[in-house]
Amino acid sequence: MNTDRPLSFNVQGVLEVGAAWFLALLWIAPLAYAFWAAFHPGEYAVHFDIFAPLTLANFREALSQAPFLRYAFNTFILVSTILTAQLVLCTLAAYAFARYRFFGSDIAFALVLVQLMITPEILIVENYGTLARFELIDTILGIGLPYMASAFGIFLLRQAFKSTPKELEEAARLEGCGVFGVLWRVYVPLARPTYLAYGLVSISHHWNNFLWPLVVTNSVETRPLTVGLGIFGAPESGVDWSIITAATLMSVAPLLIAFLLFQRQFVQSFMHAGIK
Amino acid sequence: MRHVYGWLLLTPAVVLLISFTHYPTVATIIDSLFSKGTAIRPSRFVGLANYEMMIEDPIFWKVLINNAWFAVGTIPTSIILAIIMALLVNRSLPGRSLVRMAYFTPTILPMIAVANIWLFFYSPDIGLIDQVAGFFGIGGHNWLGDPATVLPSIIVMTIWKEAGFFMIFYLAALQNIPPELEEAARLEGSTRWYYFRRVLFPLLMPTTLFVMINAVLNSFKLVDHLFVLTKGGPDNASNLLLYYIFESAFSYFDTNYAATLTVVLLGLLAVMALMQFYFLDKRVHYR
Repeated sequence: MNTDRPLSFNVQGVLEVGAAWFLALLWIAPLAYAFWAAFHPGEYAVHFDIFAPLTLANFREALSQAPFLRYAFNTFILVSTILTAQLVLCTLAAYAFARYRFFGSDIAFALVLVQLMITPEILIVENYGTLARFELIDTILGIGLPYMASAFGIFLLRQAFKSTPKELEEAARLEGCGVFGVLWRVYVPLARPTYLAYGLVSISHHWNNFLWPLVVTNSVETRPLTVGLGIFGAPESGVDWSIITAATLMSVAPLLIAFLLFQRQFVQSFMHAGIK
Repeated sequence: MRHVYGWLLLTPAVVLLISFTHYPTVATIIDSLFSKGTAIRPSRFVGLANYEMMIEDPIFWKVLINNAWFAVGTIPTSIILAIIMALLVNRSLPGRSLVRMAYFTPTILPMIAVANIWLFFYSPDIGLIDQVAGFFGIGGHNWLGDPATVLPSIIVMTIWKEAGFFMIFYLAALQNIPPELEEAARLEGSTRWYYFRRVLFPLLMPTTLFVMINAVLNSFKLVDHLFVLTKGGPDNASNLLLYYIFESAFSYFDTNYAATLTVVLLGLLAVMALMQFYFLDKRVHYR
């Protein structure tokens, strides 16, 4: 055996640990800084002092200047509407693709996959026109509608359903289950991990989505957090820096807390899903 | 019977997909062939006139070149960082889950929030970067107001946002590489750099391709930060194609020109879709 291995390994090991931590600190610094600015009075925003007084005034000020609670409520309604519709629509479509070979199924599936590449935000111009024709501009339903039939969800669930053993379906049929009975009692329960992964990715995507909601909304009653924050933080709004940071943290807090609590599931879901 | 069931199950999704993906794609192409309608003169068929206008539009070329620089500036660096991050947290390390969390956290933040935070770093004189620079006696600089530095500033921020996201794909790939390979390489006396260069990196190639295509797509789809940071300015120095489409449609109200620009974006995406189809084989753990 190589005798000097332990020593050289140690030096290298220490260097690597140092590099890993240095990079980690660098990566978390912007967020850590946002926390610093949000919880201290404005004059400490660029003035670091461990004894600087902590305060919640920035949060109070942000809440009094813009209806962030209403925005948060809108985001919550938006995200849950989209997710509910996606789960239902994608389950049905994926079931059709996974279990039935029907006339035109291959072409239909290819056409579904087109949406993986051409996402609704690229077609903002035409989709805005469509919504205007149905008088859905400035509604939460209007923001959600283009995302409800998700090619990505259909694809993921189809994969999951395809790996379900046929014997289980046959057994369920013998027990007297119909088409939907089989789906509900056999396929859906076995695809639970896929549903979890897809759900987390969908929630974080739509919580963070900005461009399309910006185009569709123009009132406090429909605007999600990201759009509200975008208007609030725009340079011309002239709002104090510490207050903007407080508003920013409030907007990301629910997702950030969920992430910290369910870190493993989040990372695995993103990995599993392979797309935002 | 299965035909009926199949289509019945599919119908709700198909109706929405056609309304918001296929129909608008076709409508975009048709609209790009019509002139901008006004109150007096209705929109009429003009053939390729919009495209001629586009080719002569210096802003169009500017945003296209910006997009190219944005892609070149963000993608290789974030991929290299992602590989480094994945290698660092793939082995035992004190506080490994904390380190991994630090790398990954930017991924779950909305781009708007990220831009809000970074806006302050970049603001002239009072911003954090200038404060630190001032401490070393370097004068203030208007990072986002100077055409020379605005795009690099946005690139740095985007790298910060994306590297951790790409890291998880490399982590997944690394976990599938048998440890015997490193063992064997070590017995052969190869250095770790040699092992990385000749064994690990080639094995990670499918992941790299997958990440690369996703990164290119993102570089065209992600413009949220421009709304907060620069509005495409100064003098379009940070403008990107999708943001220019938004401006044309919703600031200048020229939906037909916006449609023409969208056709270019659709064309670019189609090329990437084909590349993905041809270059990535089934072994890649994608989608």
